[in-house]
Amino acid sequence: MAKSATLTAGGGGVVKSLQQLLKDMLEKKLVEAVLVPLELPSKEGVVQSLVTRPAALDSANPLAPVLPVNTANVLSKMTRLASSEKKVAVVARPCELRALVELVKLKQACLNNIVLIGMDCYGTYSVLDYKQFATETPNTGDEFMKGIKAGQADSRLREACQICEYPYPLLADITIGLIGSDFDKEILLLANTPLGQQVVDGLGLPEAQADGRQAAIDKLVGDRVKRRDEVFEQTLAETKGLEKLTSIFAPCIGCHNCRDMCPICYCKECVFDSDTFSFEADKYVGWAEKKGAIRMPTDTLFFHVIRLNHMVTSCVGCGLCQEACPNSVPVFRIFRFVGSKVQPTFDYVPGRDVEEELPLTTYKEDELQKVGYE
Amino acid sequence: MSDNNGFEPTIVGYFCNWCTYAGADLAGSSRLQYPHNVRGIRVMCSSSVDPMYLLRALFGGADGVILCGCEPGDCHYISGNYKARRRMMVLKTVLETLGLEGDRLWMRWIGAPDGPKFAKTMNEFTELIREKGPNPLGTAWNV
Repeated sequence: MAKSATLTAGGGGVVKSLQQLLKDMLEKKLVEAVLVPLELPSKEGVVQSLVTRPAALDSANPLAPVLPVNTANVLSKMTRLASSEKKVAVVARPCELRALVELVKLKQACLNNIVLIGMDCYGTYSVLDYKQFATETPNTGDEFMKGIKAGQADSRLREACQICEYPYPLLADITIGLIGSDFDKEILLLANTPLGQQVVDGLGLPEAQADGRQAAIDKLVGDRVKRRDEVFEQTLAETKGLEKLTSIFAPCIGCHNCRDMCPICYCKECVFDSDTFSFEADKYVGWAEKKGAIRMPTDTLFFHVIRLNHMVTSCVGCGLCQEACPNSVPVFRIFRFVGSKVQPTFDYVPGRDVEEELPLTTYKEDELQKVGYE
Repeated sequence: MSDNNGFEPTIVGYFCNWCTYAGADLAGSSRLQYPHNVRGIRVMCSSSVDPMYLLRALFGGADGVILCGCEPGDCHYISGNYKARRRMMVLKTVLETLGLEGDRLWMRWIGAPDGPKFAKTMNEFTELIREKGPNPLGTAWNV
């Protein structure tokens, strides 16, 4: 059972309160470093940064609605060779935490001494939309939250965020509860684990009740599921069948940016960087002779279908694949849609639980009885 | 037997060394006929075949692909076929969701003493694919 505390917001806005919260953690030596998005000096973007000096947190803006890189990748890079000896707080969005859990299962990240601080998430913009927003607005995080509070529809939200049914962290030591809380006045802190409890206790905050949170989450999720199903229906109509697929993937130039930005695609030596599917010139000519012509380089659709097979069980739907595509191929839509068909087969929700085994590394004897007999 | 304009399918089979390959041997030594369309590849276990090699065959223009392993519970490596079964489930779901003719892909359990079952399965699969016609992935130039 989660215990909760209240962070009273001063007059400075939500972002200021969160900055103070993180500063307190550093100053009270509850953690030795904080990984949190900081404003760049240009004010045109924020980037995840590892902070040890409390004063640097004056430019922390965890609520800036933008997700340039998945924090799961950042933490994997940081903890893959050796786990952290020092206590580090990581402020991340729900999709980032879910991807991180998947990477932990894949032995690509380690949570030793990591305090996961998950924020409720109302969504993010593309990097370019955020830059535009930031040039128009001085305090992006606070302005964005004001818009949310006023109930404004925000067309700049990325599609991945519009259809995300996990706006709250599934797994975090501490949850920053924004959904359903009157965040101008007070912010809810939920301590979900003993580690989280230790940190929250150390902050000496007054206890609170999470009243109304669940109802507000249910409403938000309900809206997003509705939108998700519309998008899925559209995706099905646009992609089903070889002819439609080849036209959807026609602009793909094989840059593999989608794979590079995907937090789940972790292989150090991807098969598509090897010569596994390279052949002698005569082979290509042979195929061309058989078909009359072949698209070069080959294997455009093949690459995407293989990638689907390799990672779709763990796809958390962060949508960074699509953000990375230079030619706007709707990769996210397709992957998310296929994931929605594959994951329930194994009753699997990526990022739900570190202890839950990856579907493709385990099995049950008495399942899928039809396979092999149909 | 339908002839589908004389179309003869190319079928790629991945056969587990311990069960199906022995079953294929038995079919041969028992003089049971199975179609020459099937090109068999011996693999150490149904789970040693990454699904991408099944897809490679389909995208390379094979009209049908069949992966065969030991009966559930009989895997030489204890659990390989159970894992292959999950991968096959994922692969088929992906193909069917994308509308890419998942029925060109079969998985079957054929044990070492199952020579007749081997021949029967290969006949059935070849006939099904012959009726279905050529794999569109094998003829589309812009895949």
